[in-house]
Amino acid sequence: MTSSGEHTGVLVFAECSSGGNVTRLTREIMGLGGELADLLGEDLSAALIGSGLQEPGRELVALGAGRVYVADDPELSTYNPGLYVPVMRDLIGDARPGIVVFGHTPAGQDLAPRLAFEMGTALTTDCVKLDIDAQSRRLLATKPVYGGVGLGSYRSDKSPQMATVRPRVGREREPDPAAAGEQVMLSVDADATGAALRHVRTVGEEAEGVRLEDAPVVVSGGRGIGGPEGFEKLEAVAGLLGGAVGASRPPCDLGWMPSTGQVGITGKNVAPDLYVAVALSGSSQHLSGMTDSGKIVAVNNDPDATIFTVADYGVVGEWSEVVGGFTEALRGLLSERE
Amino acid sequence: MSQVGLDIVVCVKQVPDPEGPSSSFTVDEENVRVVTSGIPPVVSPFDENALEAALRLKKAGGGRITLLSAGTKISNPVMLKALATGADNLVLVQDGSLDYSGTDSRSTAALLAAAIGRMDAYDLVLTGRQAADTNAGQVGVGIAGFLGIPAITFAGKIDIAGDKVVVERVLPDGYEVVEGPLPLLVTVSHEVGDLRYPHIAEIKRAKEIPVARWTAEELGVDVKGEKVTELVGISAPRISRRCELVEGDTQREAGENLARALRRDGVL
Ligand SMILES: Cc1cc2nc3c(=O)[nH]c(=O)nc-3n(C[C@H](O)[C@H](O)[C@H](O)COP(=O)(O)OP(=O)(O)OC[C@H]3O[C@@H](n4cnc5c(N)ncnc54)[C@H](O)[C@@H]3O)c2cc1C
Repeated sequence: MTSSGEHTGVLVFAECSSGGNVTRLTREIMGLGGELADLLGEDLSAALIGSGLQEPGRELVALGAGRVYVADDPELSTYNPGLYVPVMRDLIGDARPGIVVFGHTPAGQDLAPRLAFEMGTALTTDCVKLDIDAQSRRLLATKPVYGGVGLGSYRSDKSPQMATVRPRVGREREPDPAAAGEQVMLSVDADATGAALRHVRTVGEEAEGVRLEDAPVVVSGGRGIGGPEGFEKLEAVAGLLGGAVGASRPPCDLGWMPSTGQVGITGKNVAPDLYVAVALSGSSQHLSGMTDSGKIVAVNNDPDATIFTVADYGVVGEWSEVVGGFTEALRGLLSERE
Repeated sequence: MSQVGLDIVVCVKQVPDPEGPSSSFTVDEENVRVVTSGIPPVVSPFDENALEAALRLKKAGGGRITLLSAGTKISNPVMLKALATGADNLVLVQDGSLDYSGTDSRSTAALLAAAIGRMDAYDLVLTGRQAADTNAGQVGVGIAGFLGIPAITFAGKIDIAGDKVVVERVLPDGYEVVEGPLPLLVTVSHEVGDLRYPHIAEIKRAKEIPVARWTAEELGVDVKGEKVTELVGISAPRISRRCELVEGDTQREAGENLARALRRDGVL
């Protein structure tokens, strides 16, 4: 692919929420991409694919994109690799970015490897840090390996260098409504009938209340909770604190909690102000999704459980007793304040 | 499709048991690797889920399941156990250089695709959504790329409807239904369900299955040459904190004191 010209600049694959604005993760990786571009002294640009993209296009300029490449077509309204891959492949071929950053999202995780393989280039997925190696000026992409036991850093000589990045790694920059930047409309010839894969429908499992990813407090239960009734007690605590309930993997696999509540390397990555871990042991896979939390509380009847090593506060004991007392005291404290 | 039912290839990677205690994994920063001790090798859990999906499809519509594994020192008991769940064939691509640092997603995908390409028939290729050691989640899509077939990622459910494959693709807040033609590659997530246990009688059957052993050289794949990434450093995450243990005369009271401690420190 390195046929002519240098690869330079950082390109961010932007995604929009159903409300039509760019997602929080997109704002974060725009911040991160901007830092990389600054380190290299190169430009930041964004790729925006979807339908009805005027507003998000402006947002991306305000977030620092010197150029926003826009592929706007009703056929592109939901992610379909058969339609998105050609758009991105052609764009990367023309724009020749040195680095392409994706969110570690269902679309990013699917699209990035397809592009990397097609272009014979390198991709590091699920990154928790992106940096520029001072000596080689190449991307250093760091990610959890062995379920979070280690953090591996990867480098490649191939361009463009690609990475998918987790939530809460990049820092959002303050949007500048006066920022100058151009929007380049890509001519797309999106025809889903030609694509090998057909998107039939999307089935949402909208959780009630506060979204786990955005909640200021997360109360998570593990296998030791013992059943769905126990999670109702955790709901009560989360409710008092304006938070959301999460889980380690076993309660999701066992059907005590919807799988959308899973926290960890193959679940959600959360960093609330307060994370309360109840009757879960603290496997590396779970820790990988929550150790950036502000304060961490652990409740477990095993004093040697790993979760205590990453917690700020711990109570050793039978969870239902401890949480019972905690809930009661909490009610008292919260009513005092009012 | 050659005969009745599908020819299904399931790619299985051997990894150190990711559910083993964290004390059995040591990060060796100097030699840029993770050393494990005292934990047995297992089939990477998502690959087990892929095998379970294959077994269900075979049960529903007949067919044959070929297990394909590439790596160094692949353990016989591990592969035997996988075969005994109901698979039909085993292909091993074994080579001392095919370890954690000698390969990357691209070179592994090239190798597995070459092996699949050499098989008599394949309709459906299944892999786990990601391996438990690299956590990369790229090889499945890569195999499809090398084979020139479509791929659907993160399947929570796979059904065959006529000549189409219908996949429920897992999303953070639900799922989407995606349809693809055969031949197809699908990467499988744990929502599919746990791999069944083999029957004792099946272990005997599995022992009789001849193992095909191929090498990268025979397959014409230059594994080093295909590699595009280099692991240049590894470190242990710094996540430990000093834990204040909150106590009480009873466990209930300890819980009450916890709320007070959080209030005292302005957390609540
Ligand atoms: C590839 C891969 C990906 C994975 N991804 C994830 C992931 O994203 N998220 C995730 O969470 N896991 C994940 N896992 C699973 C992970 O390895 C662990 O198996 C899981 O996190 C353990 O969950 P747990 O802590 O709830 O259960 P356990 O490890 O069984 O711990 C239960 C804990 O509860 C305590 N307990 C029991 N009863 C009580 C009681 N009455 N009162 C108080 N305490 C009690 C016990 O002391 C114990 O510490 C993954 C595994 C693999 C292989």
